[in-house]
Amino acid sequence: MIRKLILSTAVALGLGAGAGLAAETGAHVTDFSFSFEGPFGSFDQSQLQRGLQVYTEVCAACHGLRYVAFRNLHDAGGPALSDEQMRAYAAQFEFEDPETGEMRPGTPPDHFPPSAISNAPDLSLMAKARAGFHGPAGLGINQIMRGMGGPEYIASFVTGFTGEEREEAGTLLYENSAKGAFVAMNPVLSADLVTYEDGTPATEEQMAKDVAAFLMWTAEPKMMARKQAGLTAVLFLVVLTVLLYFTNKKIWSTQKGEKKKHA
Amino acid sequence: MAHAANEHEGGTRREFLYVATAAAGAVVGGAAVWPLVNQMNPSADVQALSSIRVDVSTVEEGTQLTVSFLGKPVFIRRRTPDNITEAEAEPIDQLPDPIARNANLPPDSPATDANRSSLDPTGVWLVMTGVCTHLGCVPLADAGDYGGWFCPCHGSHYDTAGRIRKGPAPENLPIPVASFVSEGVLELG
Amino acid sequence: MSGIPHDHYEPKTTAEKWIESRIPVLGLAYTTLMIPTPKNLNWMWIWGIVLTFCLALQIVTGIVLVMHYTPDTTLAFRSVEHIMRDVNGGWALRYIHANGASLFFIAVYAHIFRGLYYGSYKAPREITWIIGMLIYLAMMATAFMGYVLPWGQMSFWGATVITGLFGALPVVGHDIQTWLLGGPAVGNPTLTRFFSLHYLLPFVIAGLVAVHIWAFHTTGNNNPTGVEVRRGSKAEAQKDTLPFWPYFVIKDLFALAFILIFFAAIVGFMPNFLGHPDNYLEANPMVTPAHIVPEWYFLPFYAILRAITFDIFFIDSKLGGVLAMFGSIIMLLLVPWLDTSRTRSGRYRPMFRFWFWGLVLDFFVLMWCGGMPAEQPYVIISQLATLYWFTFFLVVLPLLGVIETPKTPPATIQEDFDAHYEAPAPGAGAARPTPAE
Repeated sequence: MIRKLILSTAVALGLGAGAGLAAETGAHVTDFSFSFEGPFGSFDQSQLQRGLQVYTEVCAACHGLRYVAFRNLHDAGGPALSDEQMRAYAAQFEFEDPETGEMRPGTPPDHFPPSAISNAPDLSLMAKARAGFHGPAGLGINQIMRGMGGPEYIASFVTGFTGEEREEAGTLLYENSAKGAFVAMNPVLSADLVTYEDGTPATEEQMAKDVAAFLMWTAEPKMMARKQAGLTAVLFLVVLTVLLYFTNKKIWSTQKGEKKKHA
Repeated sequence: MAHAANEHEGGTRREFLYVATAAAGAVVGGAAVWPLVNQMNPSADVQALSSIRVDVSTVEEGTQLTVSFLGKPVFIRRRTPDNITEAEAEPIDQLPDPIARNANLPPDSPATDANRSSLDPTGVWLVMTGVCTHLGCVPLADAGDYGGWFCPCHGSHYDTAGRIRKGPAPENLPIPVASFVSEGVLELG
Repeated sequence: MSGIPHDHYEPKTTAEKWIESRIPVLGLAYTTLMIPTPKNLNWMWIWGIVLTFCLALQIVTGIVLVMHYTPDTTLAFRSVEHIMRDVNGGWALRYIHANGASLFFIAVYAHIFRGLYYGSYKAPREITWIIGMLIYLAMMATAFMGYVLPWGQMSFWGATVITGLFGALPVVGHDIQTWLLGGPAVGNPTLTRFFSLHYLLPFVIAGLVAVHIWAFHTTGNNNPTGVEVRRGSKAEAQKDTLPFWPYFVIKDLFALAFILIFFAAIVGFMPNFLGHPDNYLEANPMVTPAHIVPEWYFLPFYAILRAITFDIFFIDSKLGGVLAMFGSIIMLLLVPWLDTSRTRSGRYRPMFRFWFWGLVLDFFVLMWCGGMPAEQPYVIISQLATLYWFTFFLVVLPLLGVIETPKTPPATIQEDFDAHYEAPAPGAGAARPTPAE
């Protein structure tokens, strides 16, 4: 019995998680453009808020975000909900208090709940756990030019259902073009599934991009700080390198003249 | 190093270059050290626990709610009018510790009942860290000679405003940073 | 320490004399810093400083990461996320540590290939070379165990596959594998011992680095000509050398700063480029990732491992792959005795140069194959590349000493230097030391 349970869980996880299989033939990931791309790109706050809405109203039915705390929603550079909005969001959830053992509403330090069903992977890190772009020929050049493609993969995945279905071992599977395979997740997005507060038309692609951007933030909440620190470090090091170049030249000028042409 | 006579200007320029390079190196090195130091400061999840909100609307008069805050018990007591009049009547100069010990007030505030229960104008709410100022035991409520708290470890008696009255404890029970964010919701920290 | 005649430290102040007469540490620092260094060293001689920097960087960032990391299978992945999300600047520390490993290996490969090209392994520098190889082996062990610590999918399955290599050994293989893992499969005992060793080995490496430096400070540096520094007198030696400080320290620091620009850009803008996405999924013993790929710096040897798809006499392909992989690294250890040429530097060895650059290309081909799935045409390419690797060391190197006619190197380092550079401009400060000085 236990072995059977483990086996079926393994199968389900394999189909649901299906790690780096994306390199298979037929997989297609669209290179959606995101505001946070490139060395100077940054998260679009209203897009993250829309993405949070899509996650809450659609994805959260099955998928968890266990590494993200509610307090993070208030962090600058993220969705940046106001303190009151964040507390109200957290209070929608119920948690068992470890001290009293009683149920109480969520508070800022609490984390989002984990996945509700066992074969739905946690989404906290999904945007870094998937690479939309590969190659060519295993050289990784596409990843330098276009990025790793995690959010592009997610957006392509949720909009990539072809409509083909297949039954396997008693489970209905759905063909997905981003994965290039049949998957256990069913298509969930349809136009106007959510109503955005900021009036943005909720097309399928819009919702896909919004939730992908939100999941990029959940996976890499410190991205803005990282890029800024990276830029500062590069600039400082350029200055230091230039100064060291001239110092080195100056020191050696007592020992050698110009480099000979023929040498 | 033999310097030619006409070299003085070049020498100054060279020295400036060396100083500038050393300075830039020091700045880069110093900037690299800061993250190594800063990582030991409290992390975001720890900081998030430095402030909690408590729903006190269900606490009935004459009872207290004990919550855990920063690893220590905090007593949130809704006092009866008798408690308050009793505490107000006490002359301050007779108290072993005449200081309010209230983190929300200036450090030298006197231990009047109003200063001890400063969170709301009526003085109904008394919020204190429930750790005896003697050796750190947790005092018992509704006990002792003064109708307040009594520490069973070494017999310190606190009154209805949490002030030390008798026994070895040197100070009044400390009042943490706290405020009401709305009716019935108390924020600690 | 050096066999090259040079100035010695003379304590001047009372304090200096006080210390020096009790422990000669100032003299040691002076000799190390002012060591006579061949003045014709080119830009391939910067990697030693880069490597020293990397070791220090990894130890320092590693020590602070340990303050937040938990080596327990139920908490390891979460504690890494805690570092990335909550610890002040934790994301920077972890990304620097992870990418620092890559910089470390880029530098070590450049350093090794430089040594191969210029014959730095030849007498009297064999011990420097062997110690260097031991450092490299310790680095591989450290990097491998470090990659297991985040407890992602690639951590887990990488550990499973690599420890499985030892299981291929005849008779004792199974017992050794169980001993390494502390159980029948990769689990908590494996994680805790890997953590302990990952913390320990860098200090072993630091000790080996000290010996490595001691050894080549005894023999003196090799240089692009492979010609030894003249040691007849101090005046003669000074024509071939310059003190390490400031000439080479500043040169190396310049190179280091230049390299760190790119390092900062990688950490700041694409920190996950060199990692594998699957390692952002927590380890799951029930699901194997589609492709188990080691970190890039192991790929050449991973390709050699997988290239042996056939049985060799009584050795089955599994054991054969393991032997080939370890053998390919042992080739590097044996190279001082495999190379029979009397000419040290590849600069004066036309046939060697051809085969050397073939080896460099071969290394990259193997690296590429190691990252590709184990199917055709990659299998046959890896097999040919593996063949080239062993042929180079076992056939070409011994043979070249016999059949090759090397060009004549310059008589002295000074001659080489003067052939490349004009005399310093007048008034550029201190003149070049002349025989009269």
